Amino acid sequence: MSNKKELIISKIRDGIVIDHIPAGRALLVLRILGITGREGFRVALVMNVESHKLGVKDIVKVEGRELTRDELNLVALVAPTATVNIIRNYDVVSKFKVVVPDVIEGLIKCKNPRCITNQQREPVKSRFRVVSREPLKLVCDYCGTIHELSDIERSLGIA
Amino acid sequence: MGSLGWLGRDVITVLDFTREDLEVLFTEALNMEKYAKSRLNILNGKVLALAFFEPSTRTRLSFETAMLRLGGSVIGFSGVEATSMAKGENLADTIRMLDAYADAIVIRHSIEGAAKFAAEIAASPVINAGDGSQNHPTQAMLDLYTIWREFGTIDGLSIGILGDLRYARVVNSLIQALSYYRVRLHLISPEPLKPRRELIEFMNSRGMVYDWTDDPYRVINDVDVLYVVRIQRERFPDPMEYERVRGTYKVDLKLIEKAKPQMVILHPLPRVDEIDFAVDNTHHAKYFKQASLGVPLRMALLKLVLGGES
Ligand SMILES: [Zn+2]
Repeated sequence: MSNKKELIISKIRDGIVIDHIPAGRALLVLRILGITGREGFRVALVMNVESHKLGVKDIVKVEGRELTRDELNLVALVAPTATVNIIRNYDVVSKFKVVVPDVIEGLIKCKNPRCITNQQREPVKSRFRVVSREPLKLVCDYCGTIHELSDIERSLGIA
Repeated sequence: MGSLGWLGRDVITVLDFTREDLEVLFTEALNMEKYAKSRLNILNGKVLALAFFEPSTRTRLSFETAMLRLGGSVIGFSGVEATSMAKGENLADTIRMLDAYADAIVIRHSIEGAAKFAAEIAASPVINAGDGSQNHPTQAMLDLYTIWREFGTIDGLSIGILGDLRYARVVNSLIQALSYYRVRLHLISPEPLKPRRELIEFMNSRGMVYDWTDDPYRVINDVDVLYVVRIQRERFPDPMEYERVRGTYKVDLKLIEKAKPQMVILHPLPRVDEIDFAVDNTHHAKYFKQASLGVPLRMALLKLVLGGES
């Protein structure tokens, strides 16, 4: 670990650092986590810094909020190379690489308006199966509609 | 995936079952043909709920008849009652109610994935009688059963599917079912009604042999089975385009003149005018036969799912 990176991480007391985000995707990661900046907790964002592994990368730091496993998995959809450091009292207490899960529940909206998951009155969460990671391809478990990265970005209001 | 059999299973898509399962069903259906006009008492005391949120007289009556022939009883709703029901409460609550009353639930719904969702809610088996434009598994099982019965096999056949390949739900389920067999598929449709991407990718992933043409005359001499589905005017953005192409896709004596002698024509019915009435009197026409097999096929299905002993 380089000194530079330690410096970035050590500034956080309690929270998370998402490292090794492909350059230019930091904003996308924030959007996926539902972080707008208006929530009140501290957020730092570093874009296009040098990286051993990636050449250039982005880093996102969020103070005062831990991510659930599902949220982290969603990050993997747009930043498959990302690593997560969980920080407590200035220490990295755990570190792991996010992985695109086989099943993604409740996080993305199906683009098919005729799908049961888009019916307001029904108590049903969306569910997608990942059929390919590179390129990313998800299939709605209810209606079978294929979703690609651009659909996911659109669902999250990014594209 | 190994066979899980039929007992207590939901029937949501054809792909929930194996080729082996399908053949168990066909054998049972053949047995049930003997009883399709009489009464067995193997499902005495069992109740089947029919939840038809979208009208389909043919499918509903064949399930109802099948259950009655097996000695069971039927409850349910359709038509106006279904519409007012859907306004009053959501699908989830309706399914919970039916689940409490019945041993199995047959559902027909215009929303895609409705049957799967119902199956997640109900403890009783849920049978999909058509949802959205994706799945109609019992129709596909009937289609394959008819072919199996006509030819004694499905492997090695050349199958033409003509009509709306994009929106007709039977096409999707039929192709899923055929993916268990070594068949050659000729897909025949006007350009705007070509199969959607999901279906093309499915056929590719299963290594199916298929081609597409907009001209039935190009492939008619090669098909053993010609499966015809309706082309609806509303599917065409330009009504002039519909008027221009409709004649091309009409199955008439002129078209079947070029067919193999043993070629059979199937259709899920009801038909409008996509098959000329003159064709009904030829030995190729098997769609009425196909429709009549709907009862024994569904008797077999209900018997296997509900565990009736014969
Ligand atoms: Zn969907």
